[in-house]
Amino acid sequence: MATFVNLLIVGLATGAIYALIALGYTMVYGIIELINFAHGDIFMLGTFVTIAILSALGVQYSHPPTAMSWELVGQLALACVGSFLFCAILGVVIERVAYRPLRSAPRLAPLISAIGVSLVLQDVGKLWFGPTNVSIVPMPIGAISAGPINIDIINIFVLIVALALMAGLHFLVNFTRMGRAMRAVAQDRDAAALMGVNVNLIIALTFFIGAGLAGAGGFIYTLKFPNTYFYLGFQQGLIAFTAAVLGGIGNLAGAMVGGLLIGLIYSFVTLIPNNILPHGGNAWNQAVIFAILILILIFRPSGLFGQHTPEKV
Amino acid sequence: MLRLVDINTYYGPSHVLQDLSLEVEKGEIVCLLGANAAGKTTTMKTIFGLVRPNSGSILFEDKPVEKKATGEIVQSGLALVPESRRIFPRMSVKENLEMGAYIRSNRKEIDADLDHVCQIFPRLRERLKQYAGTMSGGEQQMLAMGRAIMSRPKMICMDEPSMGLSPKLVETVFDTILRIRDEGMTIFLVEQNASMALSLADRGYVLQTGKIVLSDSAKNLLTNDLVRQAYLGG
Repeated sequence: MATFVNLLIVGLATGAIYALIALGYTMVYGIIELINFAHGDIFMLGTFVTIAILSALGVQYSHPPTAMSWELVGQLALACVGSFLFCAILGVVIERVAYRPLRSAPRLAPLISAIGVSLVLQDVGKLWFGPTNVSIVPMPIGAISAGPINIDIINIFVLIVALALMAGLHFLVNFTRMGRAMRAVAQDRDAAALMGVNVNLIIALTFFIGAGLAGAGGFIYTLKFPNTYFYLGFQQGLIAFTAAVLGGIGNLAGAMVGGLLIGLIYSFVTLIPNNILPHGGNAWNQAVIFAILILILIFRPSGLFGQHTPEKV
Repeated sequence: MLRLVDINTYYGPSHVLQDLSLEVEKGEIVCLLGANAAGKTTTMKTIFGLVRPNSGSILFEDKPVEKKATGEIVQSGLALVPESRRIFPRMSVKENLEMGAYIRSNRKEIDADLDHVCQIFPRLRERLKQYAGTMSGGEQQMLAMGRAIMSRPKMICMDEPSMGLSPKLVETVFDTILRIRDEGMTIFLVEQNASMALSLADRGYVLQTGKIVLSDSAKNLLTNDLVRQAYLGG
């Protein structure tokens, strides 16, 4: 029971991070039908920016924070906003430089451009923090114990931040004029332009928000795991991409649910004992995730929430 | 109000619109007739900047718009009811109409116009909450027209509003066009259904393989031999 609750909480927290990243994939795909392969690397730079901001503010191994204080909360908030904004602006720049000029090119061209951007960002990460693991001093956020159950509060924190961001996104997309314009561009770009929508601006905004969410994801990832490296975005990006496909790429609710599901699967696979899989489930969780990706692509490419658009007459 | 002067538009190597000139005055219904692939839809797309002309100019209220972005052209007071409706299928009917009013901000006026559109098309009021993509072709056509009205344009262009509709619905659509005109709208209509279009238009142009070959009052076009043979079934 204790193991179950622990795996559940850890799975949900990890899944919430995947969901935040998956949203960026799905938003960009929804609006310009591009798999933004650089998205995972934007997330990676988000973890780097978080570490850079926190170190600059003095949250370092040399004087580790010993207790939660308002000062630390302020520093964390600054790191979160900083990472969001850095990644959001980076996303807009990438769209402007690497994707927009190729918007009317065959679809393979922007895809390859995206892979190129991904490699560039990885090298930027390598130049910035070197090719090895970078870690940050763990936050003095304790654990709650109830009998045999022991939950790190950081997991709850991760869940709250991620769910708040997702709720904000849901509100923005469904209940604001800008969100309506985003959906209009996603459904029919020319028709949206004919309503007076500035399509380029809306696409840029989509990149801003999607990449910003990856930045915020980078922030909570850094607090939870507290280390990162330049290749992190590729790995975690692929898993988040699987989450987006599982939910139905292009579908926001799908990305959220897909992310949480992938997190739970990732977490519960560790229960598989040695005698079923050599070295136990822990060694296999990525294999399981990507096997799921293959199965979805074969049997249900539209994903769990895949919409069947009514045919236009 | 709207003037196209010597427009030339190409799709790759094919010269789709050739020295096309036409004019629509305030308060008129002007129709552009032509067979399939004559360049009717391209004319519309060129006016709205969805396709760029290689030469020529487009003047709306005497201001050139041929280099403006589609959104800006719409903001200057032109609205298009596009070919095959192009409503937003995964938005409710109400959201589609709200999208029509995207360039406006006065909530009171928008709500009043929403009500007005529902008066013109009572079917839409019944379906305000329904996904637009689940409606019939005729209902979608009404939505596309309602959506165009929602921007409070000075002039509406319609690209084959009768396409794919039953004769009864075609009549409804054309009645609506007359009604909108009586409310003071200027209308530019592209149609294949020549007899219906000419019955309500003031003037007409005939487009053949990218060139205007005839231009006259609707009354004269109805009795013109070429029009009778080519578009009215002899």
